[in-house]
Amino acid sequence: MPLVFVVLSLLTLAGAIAAMSLRNLVHCALALTATFAGLAALYLQLDAQFAGFAQVLVYIGAVSILIVFAILLTRGAEPGGQSVFSASWFWGGAVALMVFGILSGIILSSKALPLDSPPPPRATVSQIGDQLMTKYVLPLEVLGLLLTSALIGAVIVAIPEKVAAAPVRTQPTSAGTRNGETLRIHGELSNPPDLPLGVGQGESSEVSS
Amino acid sequence: MVESLDQIFVDLKHLLVTLAPVEWQPFLSALISVVGIIVTFASLFALSTILERKGLGRIQNRFGPNRVGPWGLLQPLADGLKTLTKEDLVPRAADKVVHFIAPLVLVIPVFLALAVLPMGRNMVGVNLDAGVLFFFAVGAATELSVFMAGWSSRNKYSLLGAMRAIAQMISYEVPLILSAVTVIMMAGSLSTVTIVQAQAGYTGWVPHWYVLTPWGLAGFLLFMIGAAAESNRSPFDLPEGESEIIAGYYIEYSGFKFALFFLGEYVGMFAISGLAITLFLGGWQAPIPVLEWIPSYFWFFGKLLALIAVFIWVRGTLPRLRMDQLMNFAWKFMLPMALFNILVTGLWRFIPTGWERWFICTLLIVGAYVTLGRTLFQQKHWAKRSYRFAE
Repeated sequence: MPLVFVVLSLLTLAGAIAAMSLRNLVHCALALTATFAGLAALYLQLDAQFAGFAQVLVYIGAVSILIVFAILLTRGAEPGGQSVFSASWFWGGAVALMVFGILSGIILSSKALPLDSPPPPRATVSQIGDQLMTKYVLPLEVLGLLLTSALIGAVIVAIPEKVAAAPVRTQPTSAGTRNGETLRIHGELSNPPDLPLGVGQGESSEVSS
Repeated sequence: MVESLDQIFVDLKHLLVTLAPVEWQPFLSALISVVGIIVTFASLFALSTILERKGLGRIQNRFGPNRVGPWGLLQPLADGLKTLTKEDLVPRAADKVVHFIAPLVLVIPVFLALAVLPMGRNMVGVNLDAGVLFFFAVGAATELSVFMAGWSSRNKYSLLGAMRAIAQMISYEVPLILSAVTVIMMAGSLSTVTIVQAQAGYTGWVPHWYVLTPWGLAGFLLFMIGAAAESNRSPFDLPEGESEIIAGYYIEYSGFKFALFFLGEYVGMFAISGLAITLFLGGWQAPIPVLEWIPSYFWFFGKLLALIAVFIWVRGTLPRLRMDQLMNFAWKFMLPMALFNILVTGLWRFIPTGWERWFICTLLIVGAYVTLGRTLFQQKHWAKRSYRFAE
C-alpha cells in the first residue's frame, strides 16, 4: 500500500510543480487538473469514496473547465516575456520553508495528537447522507437554497429575449469579420448563451494569424 | 437449466478464477471482468456503426454500405483496417503532447463508466456504494478531453467545436444529473445494483419500473434528451457540425486517433444509455413475468439496442439545433422541468399509494409542462429570419 501512496503523491506533486513552472497557461491548467486527479486518487486510497468522486466531479469536471475558460476569455495562452521565477523567489521560498517548519514542529509536538490513533471509521455514502440529513441539515438546506437560487437567478437573467434583436447588418467590418462569416449565419448572436462562439472567434483569429 | 443459462458467464468466471492460485484470484477476477466489458462493448461499437449507417441509409432512401461481405456486414472490419493503416498526421503547429493525450483521456473514463452498470443478474464490474456518483464523476473527464483536442490542434474550427462542445456538455449535465436524482430519491441508494433491485416485481403484468410512473416518465425523457446532448448526438451535434465547422474538435485527427474518438463517442453513448436503462427501465429485469426465463443479460442488451435504435432514428429525423436554441432549451425548459420533477417525486414519495397520487402527480407535471411551454412560446417574436451572407 505505501507504494501506491508514493506513486500517487509523486504524481500529485509533479502536477503541482508543473502547474507553477510551465510557461504556457493552458499547460499549467492541465497540470493542475492532474494534481486534482492525484488528490482524488489519494482520497480513494483512503477508502473515502464519496470525497474522491466528489473531488473528480467538482474539480476535474467543473473547476478546471472554469479555469481554462477564464484563461481563454481573458488573454491568449501564449507565454509572456518574463521569467516564471519572481525576482524575490529566494525570500518567498525562505518564508514558505519557515512556515512549514514551524507548523510541522507544532503539530508533531502537539499533545492533542494521540500516538496510537483508533482505526478510522469507514464512512459509507449512506452514513454521510444520514449525517447530512440529521446533524448537518441546516447548513445543507442553506447551501441548497443558495445554490438553487443562484441557478434560477442565472436563468431569469437569461430569459428576456431582446425584442427584435439589433440587426447583425450594422456590425462594423473589423478584422474578425472573415472568421465571423461562418457564424453570423446563425443569427441572434447577441444572446448571452452564445458566449462560447464569441470566445472562439477571438481565439480563432489569433490562432490563424 | 434456465438458472444456469442466466448465470452462465458468472459461473464461467468463477470456474476460471478458482483454477488460479489464491493470491492471484482477486487480480484474475478483475482482469476477466475488464476484458469481458471491453470486448463486448468494442464489438457492440462495430455492430452499431453498421446498424447506424444502414438505418440512416434506409431513412434517407438509399442502401447504406452493402459491398463488404454479405449485406455489407463486414464494413466495420474494413473501417478498422483502414483507420489502422492510415497515416497519423499531426499539424506542425499543434501542441504534440496534448494532441496525443486527448483521445486517451476520452476513451479511458468512458470505459471506466461501464464498470458500475449491472448488465445481468450478478453481472456488474464493481458494486460501488456510490455507483451513480462514480458514473457522473468519470463522465466529467470527457469535457476536458474535448477541450484538449480542440485547443491543441491549433485550428480555429477545432477550437470553435471544443468551445461549443464544452458549453453544451456543461449545460446539459445539469438537467441530466437532476433527472437522475429523482430515482436516487425513490430507491434510497446510489448503488446501481440496489436501484435495479428496487424496480423488481410486477403488479399483474405491469413491471415496477420507474419509467411507468409520472415522475419517472418525465425524468426518463429529460434524461434521454440530456444523454443525446452529452454524447454529442444529433440533433445536438453542433460540436461536430460538418456543414458549419467541418468536424469540430477532431478535425486535425486522422488514422487511429480519430477512430479512438469515434469509439469514445459511441461507448459513451452506450454507457449513458445503460445508465438510463438501470435508472428508469428496470435494468436487466424482464418486462412481463412470463418472459423471465430469458437470461437477464439478454434483456439488458436488448434494451440497449432498442435505445441505440431510437438514437439512430432521431438522428435521421431531426435537423441540427442552433446554438441559442440549444442553450435556451437546456436552461429555460429542461432545468425548470427537472427541478419541478424533483418536487413531484418528493410528493409521490409521501402521498400514500392509491389513484390520488397518480392523479396529483400527473396533473402537476402536465400542468408545469404546458405552462412552461406556453410562457416560453409567448416570449418568442416570430418573424422571417434574415441572413447576412446567405442572401
